[in-house]
Amino acid sequence: MKSLQGTWAIGRNTFTELVRMKVFYFLLIFALLIIGNSAFVSKFSFQEQFQMLKDISLGAMSVFSSLLAILATANFLPKDMEDRTIYTILAKPVPRFSYLLGKLIGILLLLALAILLMTGLFLLVLWLQERGVLAETRAQLQGVPAEELQTALKEVTAATFNANLLPGIMIIFVKSALLASLTLFLSTFASSGLFAILMSVAIYFIGHLQATAREYFLSGVDIHWWSRVLAVGVALIFPDLQAFNFVDDVIAGVAVPTGLFLETMALGGLYVAVYFFLAAMVFAGREL
Amino acid sequence: MIVRRLLSVVLLAAFGAAILPFQVRLAAQAKAAHLRSTALDLDLRERIGQMGFLAALSGFRSPLAAFLWIEAHTAWENTEWGRMAGIFNTVTTLQPRSLLYWDMAAWHMAWNASVAAMQDEKQPSEALRIRAQRQYFNLGRDFLERGIKNNPDRYQLYLQLGVLLRDKLEDHSAATDAFLRAAEFPDAPPYCRRFAGYEMAKIPGREREAYEFLKALYLQGEKQRLPTLVNLLRQMEKKLDIPASERVDNP
Repeated sequence: MKSLQGTWAIGRNTFTELVRMKVFYFLLIFALLIIGNSAFVSKFSFQEQFQMLKDISLGAMSVFSSLLAILATANFLPKDMEDRTIYTILAKPVPRFSYLLGKLIGILLLLALAILLMTGLFLLVLWLQERGVLAETRAQLQGVPAEELQTALKEVTAATFNANLLPGIMIIFVKSALLASLTLFLSTFASSGLFAILMSVAIYFIGHLQATAREYFLSGVDIHWWSRVLAVGVALIFPDLQAFNFVDDVIAGVAVPTGLFLETMALGGLYVAVYFFLAAMVFAGREL
Repeated sequence: MIVRRLLSVVLLAAFGAAILPFQVRLAAQAKAAHLRSTALDLDLRERIGQMGFLAALSGFRSPLAAFLWIEAHTAWENTEWGRMAGIFNTVTTLQPRSLLYWDMAAWHMAWNASVAAMQDEKQPSEALRIRAQRQYFNLGRDFLERGIKNNPDRYQLYLQLGVLLRDKLEDHSAATDAFLRAAEFPDAPPYCRRFAGYEMAKIPGREREAYEFLKALYLQGEKQRLPTLVNLLRQMEKKLDIPASERVDNP
């Protein structure tokens, strides 16, 4: 119980520390991006405006959350060691496992809050834009039969929000949580924050090709032995980040089946847990 | 420390091997649900450049498609039709499940570019202007047909293909088929079936079939009895010499 309290205290402190680092300034850029986009695309048809708002907002959400996960997590251990705060904490009866778990909880809280704020901002702009288009449509269709007006208004509403966007956003969170956990694992044997960042970014790109390597290796194509070894290595060691890329299709109006959504969330959770336990294992043996 | 690092890599590989069947199953499920079906190949790499391709590979297909769409709009303002067609190809490759992109690309080609080709003052030969116009019609058709291949589970592009075949290519038989395919979807609006009937009525030799088809729609109730349908049925009754007792307005 005491260990849990300690973990929670570290998580809360990590979260506060990150908030004090003014990481939320990136939200200003996000806001500028989506509001600026809305102003710029006003000459397009309303369907195009909504499509572009969703494309850019959810794309930016994915970029910002991934960057935040990698950059914020990579500096934890090297910074705590440089500041010597880690020694003060671990000198108390706080297991290394709890220390790491607290750090992960802190970053996950930050990611959840950041994605929540971005989602709120995105939905607000989408709603305001929808209201504008609805008012414009009502003004243009004055005097037409009520049924025709309703059909036109329904068409506008259908082009704006659809419930499928929410699973897409939740998967963005899971993907960023996976990246945070992976970066934490890398930082347990990294000598500097920069090394962990570079490694995480490299794995981010390789992870998006993992599915290709897996298909290549499983297809049984006759290839050189070293190509096969490479494909097997990539398929087994790196995470399949393409599995978490639903947002592009969700924007296009494709529904994610519930089973697939839940299994993808479970896969993400599994990756987070495995990377965390490996991080704890390596960190337990690290000389401080 | 080194032992632990090595052990972590071994455990990671073991975990990767354990979840491999799960990953394969998830990928198959996603494919079946028409998710993640974009073909990121060398052709696309050449069209969008190295950075664009990297962005597309990293899961940023949709913002990239949005930026390219804005570029296509600029090309439209400058009436650069060829460039527009190229950008549309790229955008639809990046976002093949977005109906809007296929629909708008086809509309720009078959409606805007084709009209511009017919009014091209630099081309004195009318025959060549007509030829260019037909090429843009076909380009529009090609966008819709490729869009349908990527979205066989949605009615909208079948409907748009029907409209293009009806209004631009005047291929009533193909338009009928397209409207009928659209009407097969449970969420398709009821006018898809009516449009199919109207087009069928224009096909020489299929007037009787069209009459029966439209009459069946008429008998479905008030919602289908629009003035166009009723007028067409009356004209066909006269043309086909339908006995008075069998006519739709027979009390």
